[in-house]
Amino acid sequence: MSAATGRRTDGGGGGHLLGIDGMDRSDIEEILDLTDTFAEIGRRPIPKVPALRGRTVATVFFEGSTRTRMSFEAAARRLSADTVSFSAGTSSLSKGESIRDTVEVVASYGADLLVVRHSMAGTAHRVAGWTDLSVVNAGDGCHEHPTQALLDCYTVRERRGSLDGMRIAIVGDIRNSRVARSNVLAFTALGAEVVLVAPATLLPPSILGWPVTVAHELDPILGDIDALYLLRIQSERITEGLIPSLREYASDFCLTASRVARMRSDALVLHPGPTNRGVEISAEAASDQRSVILDQVVNGVSVRMAVLFLLLGSGRQLGAVDAGDSVEGDR
Amino acid sequence: MSVVLRGGRIIDSEGERTLDVELGEDGRIAAVGTGLSGDVNLDASGCVISPGFVDLHAHLREPGLEEAETIQTGARGGSLGGYTALVAMPNTDPTTDCVAVVEQVRALGGRSTCEIIPTAAMTMGRDGVDMAPMGELVDAGVGIFTDDGTGLQDPRLMRRIMEYSTGLGRRLGRPVVLAQHCEVSALSAGGHMHEGEWSSRLGIPGQPAEAEELMVMRDIALVRMTGAHLHFQHLSTASSVAMVRGAKAAGLPVTAEATTHHFTLTDAACASYDPVFKVHPPLRTDVDVRAIREGLADGTIDAIATDHAPHAPHMKELPFDQAPPGMLGLETAFALALGESGLDLPEVLALLSWRPAAIAGVADRHGAPLVPGAPANLCVLDPDETWTVSGAAMASLSSNTPYEGRTLRGRVRHTIRAGVPVVVDGEALL
Repeated sequence: MSAATGRRTDGGGGGHLLGIDGMDRSDIEEILDLTDTFAEIGRRPIPKVPALRGRTVATVFFEGSTRTRMSFEAAARRLSADTVSFSAGTSSLSKGESIRDTVEVVASYGADLLVVRHSMAGTAHRVAGWTDLSVVNAGDGCHEHPTQALLDCYTVRERRGSLDGMRIAIVGDIRNSRVARSNVLAFTALGAEVVLVAPATLLPPSILGWPVTVAHELDPILGDIDALYLLRIQSERITEGLIPSLREYASDFCLTASRVARMRSDALVLHPGPTNRGVEISAEAASDQRSVILDQVVNGVSVRMAVLFLLLGSGRQLGAVDAGDSVEGDR
Repeated sequence: MSVVLRGGRIIDSEGERTLDVELGEDGRIAAVGTGLSGDVNLDASGCVISPGFVDLHAHLREPGLEEAETIQTGARGGSLGGYTALVAMPNTDPTTDCVAVVEQVRALGGRSTCEIIPTAAMTMGRDGVDMAPMGELVDAGVGIFTDDGTGLQDPRLMRRIMEYSTGLGRRLGRPVVLAQHCEVSALSAGGHMHEGEWSSRLGIPGQPAEAEELMVMRDIALVRMTGAHLHFQHLSTASSVAMVRGAKAAGLPVTAEATTHHFTLTDAACASYDPVFKVHPPLRTDVDVRAIREGLADGTIDAIATDHAPHAPHMKELPFDQAPPGMLGLETAFALALGESGLDLPEVLALLSWRPAAIAGVADRHGAPLVPGAPANLCVLDPDETWTVSGAAMASLSSNTPYEGRTLRGRVRHTIRAGVPVVVDGEALL
């Protein structure tokens, strides 16, 4: 596995999770299997284990995010790791400020692992090249968001047992979506078939080499899919001339009550959140029994626990994870 | 003190012959013959003696960005690369858009190891709005105008500048050259690499090839309309090459250059996310690389240029979108042209020396045949020496070479500027 793109497990620490690119089915399944263990911890009265006691996880967010950061921090604390955080909205971070300097400063606080988010593709990869610490990519521009893809796979697998042979439609702003890029790779690695559904302007300029098919209309395929993955659409796409209006987008692609009713009863509806109600999905559809949007949020913490545990190692073999000791803690 | 280059094989626009070259103290070639000997004899055995190289496209960063490069350090790198003349781009700070800055650049150049040929911006501050005082600048000796770094967007103003330039040729003594960085900004805006398979996969916003091609197409039409001499800078796409080929076949007064990186690297290099591979126009595809090589081979492209663009190390440690575009080129150009263009040595030398010298209007002193009485601007090249590229070892104040660690074949052994050895055995003396 490439150290630059995949997860390294050569010893206790220093490995990275930079993207789904470079991971194969067994790499992904190893994480999902371990996630089962941590999901169980999350259901305990005191959902905390000492696995990473004494280790420090730093969240380094150069782009605004609340949910992803909270999810990583919750995961770290459930493993008894300490957390430090650095955040700079792109607006407050003056152009030209050296990210390398920032990373060195954060590392000097004793961090063992950096969770990095940035508005530009490749930044987590660059950070990984500058430091001996483990790096987890929490979203790099339009490139990848690997823990999101892992939690999505986990959520689908939890409901359906396996992704093998499933037909999953990813709908919306695929062009600008790191979630879509990671999920195309992850879903197909686990045996699913992926169809991208979007107006032509919201597709990547080239999908040469992508293991997908493309559709420009949602309605004709609604009854023929096992899962519908809705992406966020941002109003900037209108000023960029990619779509005429949110109203027109919603009329073609919003998952309304009538559209969700046309889906198979065992089909799933996913969304990385936060949802724009009435644009990507209606309130009725979001509360439909097919919707697993809240499961995604819950599973996000468990998946991130598994990732942190794998990378920081804690000096144990993966097969001998002793996650059984709950500790009294700072709940 | 007489200096003789001994045992080399001369290749110039007149052909090829094995003769020694004696440099006179007047800065000219004193004698060419067999068995010459001087006070100092420089070994040229196994080497080729060529007229010095002329780079049509160098960013020397002075005045304004002296932490990245100065005219002195840029010229030293040029000398190490076999260059005796560098055409200095005007995107300095302040912009080279008036006689005062031209004179400053020329004066600094006079104390460097290359002849520095100042260019001036077509518009004030390269703003694309107000025409620079082209007449005054021509009277100060400027023969090339360019807003390089950006294309001139407004077609109406481009037409006017073309028309105006045609009236200045008599004052200059030759046609004024307008050099265009072809890029329609509205189409390239927000893009940081070539738009295509790799940009889509990497999630880096792209610039389509059409952003360049639309301006090439427009300017060919305006040349047809005005008769101005237009020089296309750093052609990077297959369609651009094809359009320029067509324009030349139609007899239009256009010339073109291609950079070494555009025929040696592709957009796949951006997969490292290292902004050392970020450049405008961006690295393109294999198809484009092949088209550039064909354009060099068939004469569609007149010159190999470097677009030498130094940036201080911290400027390339930024995220890909924030890092400035550009890469070093002066010290690697000869080896890359020899090793990767697919051309033989005489063709490579024509593209590096006498053809660009003619476009720059310096053919009387650079690129000229090596005969007694000719200005002694020349270089001695070992086509077989291999060496490993190291940005830190370069003369440039910056180290942003995209070829770091690559082993190249072909190296400059000596460079002579106005009769004076400025590089001997691969070491800069000044």
